[in-house]
Amino acid sequence: MLQDFKKSILVSIWFVFLTFPLMVVRVNTMDQVVIWRWMNLVWVAIGSFILSYLWRYMLSRKQARTKVAEEGGDTRTKLQLLLEDMNFRYKAMGVILVLILIFPLVFDTYQSTIMISALIYVVLGLGLNISVGLAGLLDLGYVAFFGVGAYTYALLNHHFDLGFWITLPIGGVLGCLLGVVLGFPILRLRGDYLAIVTLGFGMIFKVVMENWDALSFGPSGIANIDRPSFFGMDLSLANSTIYIYYIMIAMVIFTILITNRLKNSRIGRAWIALREDEIACVAMGIDMAKTKLSAYALGAFWAGMVGVLFASKTTFINPASFTFMESAIILSIVVLGGMGSILGVILGAFILILLPEYMRAFSEYRMLAFGAAMVLMMIFRPQGIISNLRQTYEYKGTKEKTDNG
Amino acid sequence: MAEKKHKLLEVKGLTMDFGGLRAVDSVSLEVHEGEIAALIGPNGAGKTTFFNCVTGIYNPTKGDILLHPKGLETRRLNGLKPNKVTEMGLARTFQNIRLFSDMTVLENVMIGRHCRTKSGIFRSIVRGKAVLEEEQFIVESSYQLLEKVGLEDFANEFSKNLPYGAQRRLEIARAMATDPFLLLLDEPAAGMNPQETSDLDQLICKISTEEQIAILLIEHDMKLVMNISNPIYVMEYGKKIAEGSPQEIKDNPKVIEAYLGEEVDA
Amino acid sequence: MEYFLELFLGGTTRGSIYALIALGYTMVYGIIQLINFAHGEIYMIGAFVALIVAGVCTIYGLSGVSILILAGVIAVIYASAYGYTLEKIAYRPLRGAPRLSPLISAIGMSIFLQNYVLLAQTSDFLPFPRLIPEFAFMEPVAHIIGSPELVILVTTFITMILLTLLIKKTKVGKAMRATQQDMSMARLVGVNVDRIISLTFVIGSALAAIGGVLVASYIGQVNFYIGFLAGVKAFTAAVLGGIGSIPGAVLGGLVLGWAESFAAGYISSDYEDVFTFGLLVLILILRPSGILGKARKQKV
Repeated sequence: MLQDFKKSILVSIWFVFLTFPLMVVRVNTMDQVVIWRWMNLVWVAIGSFILSYLWRYMLSRKQARTKVAEEGGDTRTKLQLLLEDMNFRYKAMGVILVLILIFPLVFDTYQSTIMISALIYVVLGLGLNISVGLAGLLDLGYVAFFGVGAYTYALLNHHFDLGFWITLPIGGVLGCLLGVVLGFPILRLRGDYLAIVTLGFGMIFKVVMENWDALSFGPSGIANIDRPSFFGMDLSLANSTIYIYYIMIAMVIFTILITNRLKNSRIGRAWIALREDEIACVAMGIDMAKTKLSAYALGAFWAGMVGVLFASKTTFINPASFTFMESAIILSIVVLGGMGSILGVILGAFILILLPEYMRAFSEYRMLAFGAAMVLMMIFRPQGIISNLRQTYEYKGTKEKTDNG
Repeated sequence: MAEKKHKLLEVKGLTMDFGGLRAVDSVSLEVHEGEIAALIGPNGAGKTTFFNCVTGIYNPTKGDILLHPKGLETRRLNGLKPNKVTEMGLARTFQNIRLFSDMTVLENVMIGRHCRTKSGIFRSIVRGKAVLEEEQFIVESSYQLLEKVGLEDFANEFSKNLPYGAQRRLEIARAMATDPFLLLLDEPAAGMNPQETSDLDQLICKISTEEQIAILLIEHDMKLVMNISNPIYVMEYGKKIAEGSPQEIKDNPKVIEAYLGEEVDA
Repeated sequence: MEYFLELFLGGTTRGSIYALIALGYTMVYGIIQLINFAHGEIYMIGAFVALIVAGVCTIYGLSGVSILILAGVIAVIYASAYGYTLEKIAYRPLRGAPRLSPLISAIGMSIFLQNYVLLAQTSDFLPFPRLIPEFAFMEPVAHIIGSPELVILVTTFITMILLTLLIKKTKVGKAMRATQQDMSMARLVGVNVDRIISLTFVIGSALAAIGGVLVASYIGQVNFYIGFLAGVKAFTAAVLGGIGSIPGAVLGGLVLGWAESFAAGYISSDYEDVFTFGLLVLILILRPSGILGKARKQKV
């Protein structure tokens, strides 16, 4: 006890020292005054004292859990057991589906808009989940594919007056094509190098869009993009929002359906095997290049498609929407939710996007919390909020078995 | 060895350099149909490097690796990617177990079936009848393999939760799922207790006789090697220093020297 | 010719800063094979702490080079402390975790530190006082190279010599090299590997802070976001030279500095960053082992 206390005091002192210049001192060079914010020091001291206790507690819990797992014990949480109960799952899904469907009819346009952006992130998260979560390819420039979709629609709409529904598949296919083109040379790379290269791609996309005025209209962006038309009719803003909301719901369901099918298919298993161990994977006869490329390009497909929708929703896009921070947000959705887990990613998107929206006081600290969450998740719960449930298969076998089968 | 058996794998003068270091120095070796051949030698003799060259993980500096599948034409394996080598009918296990730890035991074996099945992305999305049938075929055949290695009770466990010996057997089942005619086992008995080793002994013999799969194994457990394998090849410092039947190897002064000079318990 | 020389020296100045930051990436990567994504933030924090110290000193009436040295020393101390803490919190618990886990943790840390500085201080660009004096003896060549550039070049040069001596001649340096070669073997022969890793972070962070102070006083402004771009560029330099190799980091930094300087001077400065990222992508694809790096065979 005393030792823990001593440790926490030391941690507290250390963090007071560490944060002192940045948290306490503020120099106003214009008026030549120094503002001393001593109260911050107290908060840091108390905060780090409490957090150090929490840190130790979490670490010990994690150790206990791995020990149980090593002894072959059941480490599933109550939540997981509940989720594995199919009966509960269907019921819950039904309730959620109804809630989602009546949402825009009950709430106003503003609320629907927020929901739409959350749903956009759900699709982005699920798309990135294919490459990061399933295939283990850490993509830090995912937002570039999203941008390609958005710019595809904005430009085709601006120059040729093409409509939303025609451009939707075009955006997806272009995203996918870019994925193949970029993916091809980088497949040989090791995981961390691949991450950095994709980061580079993302940055190049943004800088090019900022500077290539003839194509992209530069930093000022493209305005007056058409909203999706409803069988040729133009809708009012409110109705259009509701319309986009339902399009988005359809898209989410479509994405879930397809990723779920892929996840438990021959291809999906190959992705996961690739994530687990590349060398063993190729030694088992799996073509690494093909498998990686398919995961990378398929993830890009969704980003491209949802990019089209994003442009049609905001009616204005510029390069500022496609920064590294966006990629980082999408990545933290996947990490927080649970890499590879569809349900987890959906939940992650809702938490990360809706929480800051509805807790305005909190929204300033949004990115701070995202960053911290990524670190903490990796340390304490690398499998995410909802860990990936593996499919179990039915088999007959050749021997007569009485127990399980 | 009265009758002349079909030669499956023929390695001629295989040499592998890493920078200035010659890890494998013109090693030749043959594996015939129905054989359980063994490759032994002190630690660092280059046995695993030899395996890595044969299975396409490394591209050898010199030499030929020829595969003679029965009824098909001879293929040279040099420079082929590991997955192509596996497709050709040559599967392997790893010295330091490399299972897909976050997948279930059954799924690990199912991965082995990948190169023998063909559903692509679009067909997996549509999930037509052919895909479902193939899927069921993958499941059933994988489960049968688990039964063969005695792991059927663990089918839905995560492979990382298996005991050590079982993990080694799972690696064998996974390799067998690729339908090989030649299986390379890299220290399959490492870390096993005597009981597990003797089970493994039987399993390897069973694979050899019942499944008609030829085997080449690297092993330190001399009892296991002498019991089941013939011929035996011995490597030291990258070179092949002896080959022959277990009795010949036991009596070979070079081998005795190599082992006594290195470690006694090997 | 004079224009060429100006670009060359400008590139050298830039490149030596990249090299200072790149050393941190390379040293950490050499030991634990982790891209310390938050390294750029350490550099930024170094610059910020220096700015705060310099600001406070100026307001309380100090002036001149003494401020620069004081600010530099405090910045180095703080950056080292941050680097040390960073490793302890975000990376140490992840030893032995899958390869991508520490990288994601590093990205998280990078975002966290950026926003920490943003919230604790401001999102605006803050003016950094010009602390480097104009030397009289530099007058005749001032149109090609200014005094700040000279100070940067000399400081980096001295720092690099000290680092080389530390690694080549001291016992600690020997332990660091041993850990880099084979961590478990080093542990067996009695090297305290955890301490060596901490030390690597501390040294890398200190170098980044020196870079931060120099850049800040050269460019004259600082904000919370400067670390990200500098980080990516320095990482490019590290990869260019061959990650894990210390002379490689220096060479890579210089090559990148020259490349940027000439590209901006002779082609266009709009695409300067595209150029850098393009270079990064190309090197990683075509020659991931860099100029001086050795190709590592993965152990199977």
